[in-house]
Amino acid sequence: MIREVKTSRYIQRPPMFAIVLLSVFGLGNLFLGFLRSNRILLPAAMLMLGTVLTVNFLDWNAGPQSFFNGMLIVDNFSVVFTGIVVLTALLLIPFSEQYVLDGQPNLAEYYSLLLFSLVGAIMMVAYNHLLMLFLGIEILSVAMYVLAGAQKTNLRSNEAALKYFLMGAFATGILLFGVALVYGATGTFELANIRFAVQNPTNASLTPMLYIGMLMMLIGIGFKVSAAPFHFWTPDVYEGTPTFFTAFMSTVVKTAGFAAFLKLLVQAFPAASAQGLWLPTLTAMCVLTLAIGNVGAVAQNSAKRMLAYSSVSHAGYLLIGLVAFNGELEGASANSIFFYSLAYSVATVAAFGVLKLVSEQRMREDYDGLNGLAKTNPLLAFVLTVAMLSLAGIPLTGGFFGKFFVFSAAVENGHIGLVVFAVVMSMVSIYYYLRPIIAMYMRDTDADTAEPLQVSGFQSAAFLLLALLTVVLGVLPGIIAGIL
Amino acid sequence: MDQNIPQVIQTVPLQYYVFFATALFAIGVIGVLTRRNAIIIFMCIELMLNAVNVLLTAFAAYRSDANGQVFVFFIMAVAAAEVAVGLAIIVMIYRNLQNTDVNLLNRLKF
Repeated sequence: MIREVKTSRYIQRPPMFAIVLLSVFGLGNLFLGFLRSNRILLPAAMLMLGTVLTVNFLDWNAGPQSFFNGMLIVDNFSVVFTGIVVLTALLLIPFSEQYVLDGQPNLAEYYSLLLFSLVGAIMMVAYNHLLMLFLGIEILSVAMYVLAGAQKTNLRSNEAALKYFLMGAFATGILLFGVALVYGATGTFELANIRFAVQNPTNASLTPMLYIGMLMMLIGIGFKVSAAPFHFWTPDVYEGTPTFFTAFMSTVVKTAGFAAFLKLLVQAFPAASAQGLWLPTLTAMCVLTLAIGNVGAVAQNSAKRMLAYSSVSHAGYLLIGLVAFNGELEGASANSIFFYSLAYSVATVAAFGVLKLVSEQRMREDYDGLNGLAKTNPLLAFVLTVAMLSLAGIPLTGGFFGKFFVFSAAVENGHIGLVVFAVVMSMVSIYYYLRPIIAMYMRDTDADTAEPLQVSGFQSAAFLLLALLTVVLGVLPGIIAGIL
Repeated sequence: MDQNIPQVIQTVPLQYYVFFATALFAIGVIGVLTRRNAIIIFMCIELMLNAVNVLLTAFAAYRSDANGQVFVFFIMAVAAAEVAVGLAIIVMIYRNLQNTDVNLLNRLKF
């Protein structure tokens, strides 16, 4: 079957600026590695990500454009989610600087892997064909497996890499089996055609296969976004992975995963019969994720492990956004997930940024490692406070409006019990988000924590920008709310 | 030899392929959940992926649609990339631990 190119406009413009540029830049970065001058790698990577972020918005409001025979669709949805992942990477990358100072031998590779993994993230938010979903997930994941094990002689990093790899590959297998069953039932991989086949079933005997396939796909993506009961790898992997890459995992992978999740449910399975199956499943996953994430975080003594559990709990809040789905890709549900992911990513990058400096310069990741930070590094203490308040959802921070939009979208669709439960859980979360703040402001420095942390210029600038973004999102949410 | 390959595939009823692939997949899943050697877990994951390949090929042949078969090529290529990364991770662990038993990797606890 030969498909026609839909309009000539696709030929005149180079396709998928962001993907093409990131691939080229990734290769370029590898060549920069030959110069044996590690100091230019970070500014170069920041310049590249800045370029990609700018160029990405050239596609804003250009209407849905399809590339590669309709395998990828670039529309406003994909543009804003690409924007989040690239912006997150841009704000995060200054914190890679310790690697430069440590004189890692193959530094350029790490930057290139980060850039390449963003290509996968963009494919996950722009896919229109299940092959692209699969490839996007794999491009993102395979790069992350390597990065999780970046500290080759550190056994914790090794263990994290192995666990992440085995669980990730297992999840991919489940996802693919689901894809194969859906293909068997509908005869197509394209989202719109699957939707049509689900709404107009031709052969009733294929229906069980279709729904089993759909549920297996949900499980596969649930693993990737660490939704309970498929979250069990998350705390271990996040704790063992070098902090810089943990931050990348818990922001970019989660944002891209939820965008892919939303797109799958909205574009392939919006039919009432399918919704009757995935809605209760997702609601149950959501309740479980919120409970496990929040209660698990309370019990932790390591700040990094607390953030790992907190990232599980935020997957729960994002799942509420999915449950609140109202039938359109660019509706209240997508808007709430977009705002929540942005607020969550910004706050998480700030929190992990501080934690990375603390864990590398003070060699500890527990709450006591933060003691007296307000005296030695007032800026870091302030940024971490803003980040924690945003993650807890306190007003005047981005996290508050993230939760507000998600909850109000859910209430509009009648999920009141779920929202009440989520509000109770977010009250629990205030307890563990206040612990680092208490350690920084109320406790005195001890022998380990008397020295001020060293913060480079790029890092200070990134911290200020992150705190500013969080506050702006919390004071003026109108500038991006409802953008889709 | 005058039959083409999709016709040969269609000489076996479709249900048999589905049962076969499901059985392969289940063996893979059980292996991942019960075995403790990283390399064997890894082989079980490959078994799961190959079950998917069988299923996709059978569906594609029955539907006379090349999409499924092309998908199989991509799965093979990606699985090869995963093997490269996965074995590298296992070798890295072997160098540090002289073992590939996942039970020894318990430094990170719940």
